Amino acid sequence: MDGDASQLLRLDNVCKSYHNNLVLENVSFCVNKGETVTLIGPNGAGKSTLMKISLGILDVSSGTVHRSNKISIGYMPQKVMIDDVLPLSVRDFLYLRPGSTYDDIEKVLETVKLSYISNQPVQSASGGEMQRILLARALLGQPDLLVLDEPVQGIDIMGQQEIYGLIAKVRDETNCGVLMISHDLHLVMASTDQVLCLNRHICCSGTPELVKDNPEYHAMMGRPAEGVAIYTHHHNEGHDHKHHGHNHD
Amino acid sequence: MIDEFIINAIIAGVLVAAIAGPLGCFMVWRKMAYFGDTVAHSALMGVALGIAFDSENPIIMIITCSSVAMFLLFLQRDKRFSSDTLLGILAHSALSIGMIIISMMDHFRQDMMAYLVGNILAIGMTDIYTIGAVSAFSAICLFFIWRPLLSLTVHEDLAQVEGIKVSTIKVLYMLLIAFLVAVALKVIGVLLITALMIIPAAAARTISNTPLQMIIISSCGGILSVLAGVGVSSQWDVPTGPAIVLCATVLFLLGRFSSALRS
Repeated sequence: MDGDASQLLRLDNVCKSYHNNLVLENVSFCVNKGETVTLIGPNGAGKSTLMKISLGILDVSSGTVHRSNKISIGYMPQKVMIDDVLPLSVRDFLYLRPGSTYDDIEKVLETVKLSYISNQPVQSASGGEMQRILLARALLGQPDLLVLDEPVQGIDIMGQQEIYGLIAKVRDETNCGVLMISHDLHLVMASTDQVLCLNRHICCSGTPELVKDNPEYHAMMGRPAEGVAIYTHHHNEGHDHKHHGHNHD
Repeated sequence: MIDEFIINAIIAGVLVAAIAGPLGCFMVWRKMAYFGDTVAHSALMGVALGIAFDSENPIIMIITCSSVAMFLLFLQRDKRFSSDTLLGILAHSALSIGMIIISMMDHFRQDMMAYLVGNILAIGMTDIYTIGAVSAFSAICLFFIWRPLLSLTVHEDLAQVEGIKVSTIKVLYMLLIAFLVAVALKVIGVLLITALMIIPAAAARTISNTPLQMIIISSCGGILSVLAGVGVSSQWDVPTGPAIVLCATVLFLLGRFSSALRS
């Protein structure tokens, strides 16, 4: 339904191995303008590796990565530790993004509600503030594609909803695409168009409602529903999942 | 009236210190002090090669130091060994090669001390031209790369995604250190050159609020240390290199204690 023009990022049959150890197997997906794709999966599933491949930081072992030409990418890495030996204010940290001006920075700090912290050392920011600073850095330079590696790490539930709301708002206003990693499907459901369950390969994918009821998802996350063994799931999505509805809690 | 050799010493020392400051800040931020030491050790190998070829051409030094730095980059591709281990291997191997070459030369009777702590009072006009050229080149490079270099120092992946040529800038920074060490050897010697990079940077940290402030203050601190060191050295007839280093240490301690008093 979407033409190539709206496609920002496409991966085809991507495989990645380290020391003959296959960490990603035949992963294919794409991210379109205005769309949020969420990667979900257990530790060591290859989520961050996949993200770095999407960004061009890591090379693929086989397969292809296609990023549309000239798109600006806003990246939010998982963790940024800045040593105290570097005297760096929050504002100067954001200023490191090439092409940004102090006006842009004041604006983006307002967006993430951090104007009060602008002149403080970046090392003094709390975990939650640091996540918002990183989001601000990703938002500078009007990104066409936001790539967020666990954007709500270390933030309490209230703050998590706020951040996800902010990301959704930016996406709706600028029509950018979003690729993010999350641990909690339920929190991102409202603002996600597509979920990819990754455990070395893509176990299942689809709308959040669909994935939520998919036994592959529960098996992958290590919370198997009772009687999962007698499950025979067919991938005719859309109609089938309702009949397979089960109560795992 | 100040003697000409003192003026030469001051000019050479000031030029080296002005560049050692910014390079030293990045060395402190990137935790690369041991890298500086390794290049300095390999400089001794350069000295030995120069003597073997019977040439005082500074190009020999520059090529030797740069080659060791680039060889390190090659070795780092094997992730089983940390940079620390590789630097240990390179530093001591280069030092050993240098010492063996020197021992094989029967006619060589020069005092090695000059290369270990420098002999700033023996600086001639040729040395000043070389140091001046390298300093000017480094200053121009730093002017263009300091911001991207700072960005990748904070976070390499983020810098790369934001369009910075990470590996090019890293290589350029390592080469700038190699160049500086190569030409500064005569000024301050193998054992002390890293000190001239690290101590003024650390001293500057105690009173800086931004990276650029720290870079500029470390340059000024280094220059001040050179002036004071040469002064102390000619006043009390002590070796110049160690005098410069200790002046820098005094600056660091002053900064450290004054910031302790303020907090």
